[in-house]
Amino acid sequence: MASVIVNLEVSGRAVEIIAAPLTTLQSVLRNQLGMTSVKEGCRQGGCGSCTVLVDGEPMMSCLLPVEDVAGRKITTVEALSTPDHLDPIQRAFLDNNGYQCGYCTPGMEMIAKALLEHNPSPTRDEIVDALAGNICRCTGYQPIIDAIAAAASAGQEATR
Amino acid sequence: MSEETLSVVGQSVARSDGLGHVTGRDIYTFDRTFPGMLHLKIVRSPVHHARLRGVDLSEAEKVPGFVRALSAADVPHNVYTILGLIGVEPEEEFLLTPVGERVRYKGEPIIAIAADTEAAAIDAVAKVRLDLEELPAVLDMDDALAPGAPVVTHWGNNTFMYEGHNCRRVRFGDVDAAFAKADYIVEGEYRTSPIEQAPVETTGCIAVPAENGRYTVYTNTQALYFSLDNTSIILQVPGNQLHFIGGMVGGGFGGKVDVIVEPLATLAAMKTGRPVRYVFTRQEEMQVSSTRASETIRIKDGVMADGRIVARKVVNLFDCGAYSRQTPYSITKFAANAAGPYFIPNVYVDAYCVYTNRTPSSAMRGFGITMASFALEVQMDKIAEKLGIDPWTLHFINAYHNGDIKPHRKVVEDATLIETMQAAAELVGHELAPELKRMTSAPRSTEGGR
Repeated sequence: MASVIVNLEVSGRAVEIIAAPLTTLQSVLRNQLGMTSVKEGCRQGGCGSCTVLVDGEPMMSCLLPVEDVAGRKITTVEALSTPDHLDPIQRAFLDNNGYQCGYCTPGMEMIAKALLEHNPSPTRDEIVDALAGNICRCTGYQPIIDAIAAAASAGQEATR
Repeated sequence: MSEETLSVVGQSVARSDGLGHVTGRDIYTFDRTFPGMLHLKIVRSPVHHARLRGVDLSEAEKVPGFVRALSAADVPHNVYTILGLIGVEPEEEFLLTPVGERVRYKGEPIIAIAADTEAAAIDAVAKVRLDLEELPAVLDMDDALAPGAPVVTHWGNNTFMYEGHNCRRVRFGDVDAAFAKADYIVEGEYRTSPIEQAPVETTGCIAVPAENGRYTVYTNTQALYFSLDNTSIILQVPGNQLHFIGGMVGGGFGGKVDVIVEPLATLAAMKTGRPVRYVFTRQEEMQVSSTRASETIRIKDGVMADGRIVARKVVNLFDCGAYSRQTPYSITKFAANAAGPYFIPNVYVDAYCVYTNRTPSSAMRGFGITMASFALEVQMDKIAEKLGIDPWTLHFINAYHNGDIKPHRKVVEDATLIETMQAAAELVGHELAPELKRMTSAPRSTEGGR
């Protein structure tokens, strides 16, 4: 089968790529666009380290053929910060040691981003629920949950 | 040094790598790519134990994108052992299994294929035909030690040899005499399973031909110089031709201590003149990479009615799988810690490194010690129950002190068990008896010592 041209919006930038059928969004982001915050842990939807937002919804990019997300808005961790500004979620992960080796961190942050957009003051159980598809082998999860709770509190303070 | 001069201890200090982690800007091994980079995939044994009679590459070579197959004949020093660097013998593991020899575990590498794309490499691997004569496999340690068991090793039995003995031994005091005088005998058998470290980032590396005949190898190894030196031995090139760059590891927990990917990737880069990426799939990480060893720990303790453990005999079987890798070292650590942080005046240890046709085991957090602690602490609870004695008190009675001699003849210099237990009791709100609160780890002849 012939390759196809796919247009996407990736972190605010319009991009046009050529991909063979069934090429994953993960592969395009990493290998064609150099967005290496999108990690590869299993390439079978098992670890969550490749999570990105598709029109604001968290999805595992390793399971998404890129043709299926043509025309949609993709957000990766690269879009969250500028050289002199961290997203409050990144700040909270930093302040709460919500990482150890760092490999699962971008996926965790994208989950947090989507969660707090929909639910600015989640309960601890709701945070745990949101993280159900994302694996961390270092931290034991507590500092990650703490970081997301802290980011939510900071968001509440800011809007008060 | 007084506390006032310390600028870090007691302070909350930001980690230097935190910003890179939370912004996703860290460069992990596989975040790199190089023009012309090849992908390396491995033809692995589909069975636990077999003699390799032949390999047919003819169909694989026809796959578009196929570049080069590597076989045993391409490897300058094909038989190695990871701990050979520190004098451990014998060399036993093939980098690639030669025709005529045996594969000893399911997943053992036979052929490596470099191709232009990952898909082409996978396709070519699937088209390699293996002629295997399957042999009886042994997958249980007691079976492996029984007479007539299939022999895994190339030297005729299923144990690693320690200085002429088939196990790591410790002999301290006279356990049989102490058992005869003991008020109680408490026995226990403790079994643990293999555990895969399962880091989220799988094991892998990229080897890149550099200027002046050197090779730059980007790797997520936890043991950079182990990898470099073993690669130097296996490929028979001086270490100064190998430039290993590591440091960014997406989880390891001991799973990235073995030297598995770098020698093959570097060899493929040498044979093709192109950058070569060799990265485990999740399936390879779970099935092929070394696990924590499973252990069978059998303990017999002689105990006095007042709670003192006066004798311990331990026989421990470690399942190293098909190759010993780091397990001989793990067992030596176990043997040195078979008494735990307790003073036991008579100790006898036989710790066996047992070969089976399972995936090789190796390092994982605290290897040799973690499972020992599990067994020894359950054993402590059993003793407390048998004697009808408070478990806290039992631990204080047997705790080691500075100046005690451990069974492997090390004098204890840094005992903190008593103080740690006192702090733990306070944290959990357990009121200790006054005489236990007064104890210290000071030598027994001094105040606070027993």
